[in-house]
Amino acid sequence: MIETQRVGEVIESSSTDFTAQCYELYGSPSLGSLVKTRDADVELFGVVYQVATTSLEPGRRPIARGKDEASEEAVYKSNPQLLKLLKSEFGTLVVGHRQGDKLNQYLPPQPARIHGFVYLCSPEEVREFSLSFAFLNMLVNAHLPISTEEITSATLRQMSQAHQDHRSFLVAAGKELALLIGSNLNQLKAILGRLQT
Amino acid sequence: MSQENTEGLGIVTSGSLNKGVEARLDGSASVEDIAVGRYVTIEGKKRRFFGMITDISLGVIDQKLTVIPPDVSDPFIAEVLAGTSTYGTLHISPYLTIGGDVTSLTEGPQPVKTIPSHFSPVNSASQQDVELVFGKEDEKRFWIGNPLDMETRLCLDMERLVERSSGVFGKSGTGKTFFTRQLLIGMLQKSKAVNLIFDMHSEYGWEGSSEQGLKVKALKQLFPAKVAVFTLDEESSKRRGVLTDFTVRIGYDEIEPADMALLRQTLNLTEPAIGAVYQFRERFGKNWLEKAANLGNSDDTRELLKELNVHESTFQNLQRGLAIIKRLPFTEPHAPSDAVTHILDHLSRGTNVVLEFGRCNDITAYVLVANLLTRRIYARYREKTEKAMAENSTGPQPLVITIEEAHKFLNPEVASQTIFGTIAREMRKYNATLLVIDQRPSGIDDEVMSQVGTKATFLLDNERDIDSVLSGVSGKSELKSVLSKLASKQQALIFGHAVPMPVAFQPREYGSAESYKNLIPDGGTGAVKQAEQDIEELWG
Repeated sequence: MIETQRVGEVIESSSTDFTAQCYELYGSPSLGSLVKTRDADVELFGVVYQVATTSLEPGRRPIARGKDEASEEAVYKSNPQLLKLLKSEFGTLVVGHRQGDKLNQYLPPQPARIHGFVYLCSPEEVREFSLSFAFLNMLVNAHLPISTEEITSATLRQMSQAHQDHRSFLVAAGKELALLIGSNLNQLKAILGRLQT
Repeated sequence: MSQENTEGLGIVTSGSLNKGVEARLDGSASVEDIAVGRYVTIEGKKRRFFGMITDISLGVIDQKLTVIPPDVSDPFIAEVLAGTSTYGTLHISPYLTIGGDVTSLTEGPQPVKTIPSHFSPVNSASQQDVELVFGKEDEKRFWIGNPLDMETRLCLDMERLVERSSGVFGKSGTGKTFFTRQLLIGMLQKSKAVNLIFDMHSEYGWEGSSEQGLKVKALKQLFPAKVAVFTLDEESSKRRGVLTDFTVRIGYDEIEPADMALLRQTLNLTEPAIGAVYQFRERFGKNWLEKAANLGNSDDTRELLKELNVHESTFQNLQRGLAIIKRLPFTEPHAPSDAVTHILDHLSRGTNVVLEFGRCNDITAYVLVANLLTRRIYARYREKTEKAMAENSTGPQPLVITIEEAHKFLNPEVASQTIFGTIAREMRKYNATLLVIDQRPSGIDDEVMSQVGTKATFLLDNERDIDSVLSGVSGKSELKSVLSKLASKQQALIFGHAVPMPVAFQPREYGSAESYKNLIPDGGTGAVKQAEQDIEELWG
């Protein structure tokens, strides 16, 4: 098995989603990436729906520091403490889990555990997960701060990278979406429009 | 059941036994590849159904799509929407079913009494399916063509075909004659029946021509030993280099009042004139025609007419008609030999008889000769059959009488009087059936039409003709849509007694050396050579 990349740790968790903090500032996976975390014998899969970088202390906002610096990199160089005062977090929507050998595209019995390590899924895992499109139902019906069209299209775009034939994967996904949200033509059009890379 | 070579088309979504089932087309299949008349199978849970596509339509999941069409110039969007938001539906008429149990396996496909359950898969019929339903080419079945859009050989059970009367219909130039030639060859090869063909345009005996003006071989050239050509016009036959077996002459004394009744319209006779014919027959006996025609304008004649209560103008009308008959080149006061006996001799030896009309192909001659000969042949057949029944032996060889322009013999006015009407109605009791060829089926009496067992119809565009051909067939409206969409040439729909279910087909190719080779085992070359030699000897 290819070693997967560890990207962070769960700091907030519920049945439908979890938030993880990155180990590195700006070290978050891209929007729509498939990530996983483990709770005992259950492996949870989630889709990154939001990435945020904020101050460690909610009351202390960063201030502009680059007036006398030549480049943005130089700002961080002259203020090495910044890397410790800022944090990157990402929100993840749970879209499935693996129990034993079985991959299920519905919610797991228990939410992710706090301090559970979060890994970015390998292309093989993404391919395996996206063999079924049952997770699309959870994506399009989720109430997220981000619009459904954006997260759905971002997820499918990310997943298509793991497939050899990007286009046929996207067409198949598009057909699934057409059946799911066929009654909402505008939404369907918006997603399809964002699917083409 | 075998699934080889089948192409999935879609799934059943709704339907009723009366109206047929609706199937939703798979996203991968394009509506444009589907043609009405295509033959499909539906895999139900317990049984398998055979049916025909009778209509194709388009559907959308949301009506908004029809108002604000998506941007289909983008191939990605078009591909995603095809089969999901937009889809094609097929209307399928199921005709036959085969269950998984032992009886249905031994008895073969049965007529449908139910419909497939929801979401049963619909497939294009494979070669095996067609063979299962229509049978393989064997000693009884004759290859007549291939179902539309398929390469499979479609076979017709010739024994079953000749059991009942059959008909070939279609507009002129659609391929009736070519197909009839094949049917005749099929009967000749694969059934016990013998054929008597009234060949109005001299196309079935020796050779005919295609629309491109090419010559096409007909029965006698291909099967010289099994076909005899009789002619009414020896000169024409000779000029065309046809090897004829007998020249038919009709004596005036052979013409009966019933024949005159049939000719009433063509000879423009009045009703009383026909009444007078019966009176003359009674008065003068067998030679009535000659005697009546020769009655001059004398006092004796007037006396006679008064006695018979025939009005003078009626008599004049009749005489004009009789003069037309007398002018026909093949009529004479007494025929030197009896044509009927000759024809029957040939038929009883199993030889098919083609009667060529040559130049005498006006409708008067055709109706007169066909009716006159058939009436007497039928009477003999009837005698023979009844005798055979009494002796408990097998009757005479089944006889098929082929007539063109059938509406002239079988129109509602005369169908009750002509022998063809009788044959069509009483049919096989006396081992004689009809093969009618016509381009105006609406002109044929409904009662007769309903007795025609197997109908093969090429394109018809007159509404009344279509209705008449399809009268009494279940699923008429569906078949109508198939029929009206046939190509203007060489595509036909066959349904009725001899086929388990209606099928649209393309008749097999006929007219090339290759086609003759397929029809006769030795390629016909030997037979043709022999025939050519015979002509040489006969005509010098």
